[in-house]
Amino acid sequence: MSELRELYQQVILDHNRKPRNFRTLEGANRRAEGYNPLCGDQITLYLNVEDGVVKDAAFQGKGCAISMASASMMTGSVSGKPEAEAVALFRRVHAMLTAEPTGEVAGDGLGKLAVFAGVREFPSRIKCATLAWHTLQAALSRAAEPVSTE
Amino acid sequence: MITARAFKASDAPGMRWDVERVRKDFPALDQQVHGKPLVYLDNAATSQKPQAVIDALVSYYSRDNANVHRGVHLLSERATEAYEGARVRIQRHLNAASAHEIIFVRQATEGINLVMATFGRSFVGPGDEIVITAIEHHANIVPWQMLCEEKRAALRVVPVDDRGDLIMEEYARLLGPRTRLVATTQVSNALGTVTPIKEIIRLAHRHQIPVLVDGAQAVPHHQVDVQDLGCDFYVFSGHKTFGPTGIGILYGKETWLERMPPYQGGGDMIKAVTFEKTIYNELPYKFEAGTPHIAGAIGLATALEYIAGLGLDRIGEWEHGLLAYGTELLATVPGLRLIGTARRKSAVLSFVLDDIHAHDLGTVLDHQGVAVRAGHHCAMPVMQRFGVPATVRASLAFYNTPAELETLASAVQKALEIFR
Repeated sequence: MSELRELYQQVILDHNRKPRNFRTLEGANRRAEGYNPLCGDQITLYLNVEDGVVKDAAFQGKGCAISMASASMMTGSVSGKPEAEAVALFRRVHAMLTAEPTGEVAGDGLGKLAVFAGVREFPSRIKCATLAWHTLQAALSRAAEPVSTE
Repeated sequence: MITARAFKASDAPGMRWDVERVRKDFPALDQQVHGKPLVYLDNAATSQKPQAVIDALVSYYSRDNANVHRGVHLLSERATEAYEGARVRIQRHLNAASAHEIIFVRQATEGINLVMATFGRSFVGPGDEIVITAIEHHANIVPWQMLCEEKRAALRVVPVDDRGDLIMEEYARLLGPRTRLVATTQVSNALGTVTPIKEIIRLAHRHQIPVLVDGAQAVPHHQVDVQDLGCDFYVFSGHKTFGPTGIGILYGKETWLERMPPYQGGGDMIKAVTFEKTIYNELPYKFEAGTPHIAGAIGLATALEYIAGLGLDRIGEWEHGLLAYGTELLATVPGLRLIGTARRKSAVLSFVLDDIHAHDLGTVLDHQGVAVRAGHHCAMPVMQRFGVPATVRASLAFYNTPAELETLASAVQKALEIFR
């Protein structure tokens, strides 16, 4: 059961119950859809990017606890960051989530986002955690098509 | 924690079912996952294999392996005999009129696609209609959509009520002079609904409309007699029927199969080939291009004989008892809602739990050794009809036990604690 507690930490459960930035964004100038066909997780991400800075980020959607908490915490983390930093953060989170479970936890410097490190032990759930981040990358690169984790 | 009554002999009346002995036939059941004894409740996705089937595969590959229908050597003769023997064994199990009405395909999905590509392309035209039901697996939806798009035909869908039963009055109304085929499931994979298949066929035949039955979830649990049903086509998959993956059956009435063009071109399906013209082979080879899954056919025949040996009536009684017991156990879990409560139901428990997502629940169950499916079960329209994104589905087989259902219920309670 300890592995389960590692996956479903209180922070994650809390963000799932009360997702932050769960709304549409008036005047958003970037938008992307994310969809995980395997389990039906779906999010719409809204960004307001001005002068190369993510001024605001919000999302709507439905899915499992991991996907909702990840989207909630992702939007909180990138708000106020320059685009380049947001992309760098995506890369680091992605590296943490897809690293070999036995390897070093590359979660240092990720702050609260390190709570997702436990997802690595659950291969079928990694895509739930990465969905919001892939959607972020799509929104920043202005990809028009819905992103899919498949 | 579990407050429901204990499993009683009256749940499966008049029988002595030695489930522990049956379980010994299935080596994969005897293992631990995440440090817990495996509780395998994902049988609608695929079933485990009895030792008899595993032995049949090993024996074939160890002694008889050769290509069929062409060698002059002994091994080829043995392989051909075993392969064609499997066809006859399967014909007998389904009580088909003739062995050449049994076509080997990869699985139910390919059987449906074969009928779509041959029957459909020959007999369906612009303005025609295909009738399916609201509880079909994607495999019995998408091929017909593809055909309808290609032929500018229309897809008509029989609705279901809130229990998951087909609304038969609506079905009767959908049948008309433009209906070219009724394609329906016998048992719903997502809900467990057992459809009134004989009535469906009777009504269609009154209008001379042929019927294709998707029996992927029926053959593992029920005795199926295709002549008694009177269906025109019947498909099922080996791997859900305790047999190997990659092998399935299309049964078709000879009268239809003879009128249908071949499915794929290649070896085995021809009598003579010149660059000017090819003469196609007779049934069933017309539909079996290329070297078939010989070992799979032998394994499937062995699997069907295995369940026939246990007795499909006894299997049905045991599973019925498990379903009743599991339904009661889950009813004690606060916030749990069963999706699919049809009057006649196969041993499927599909459910949602408060605001806990099915995928999260599936992960928690997995870590307690309980293997279930969490998702849309390749039946997204069913999920939409019941207003849920996904369900957790525990699908049972005759080797499951009352104790395993208690483990399932406890594991669900554990999820409630984690997400409280």
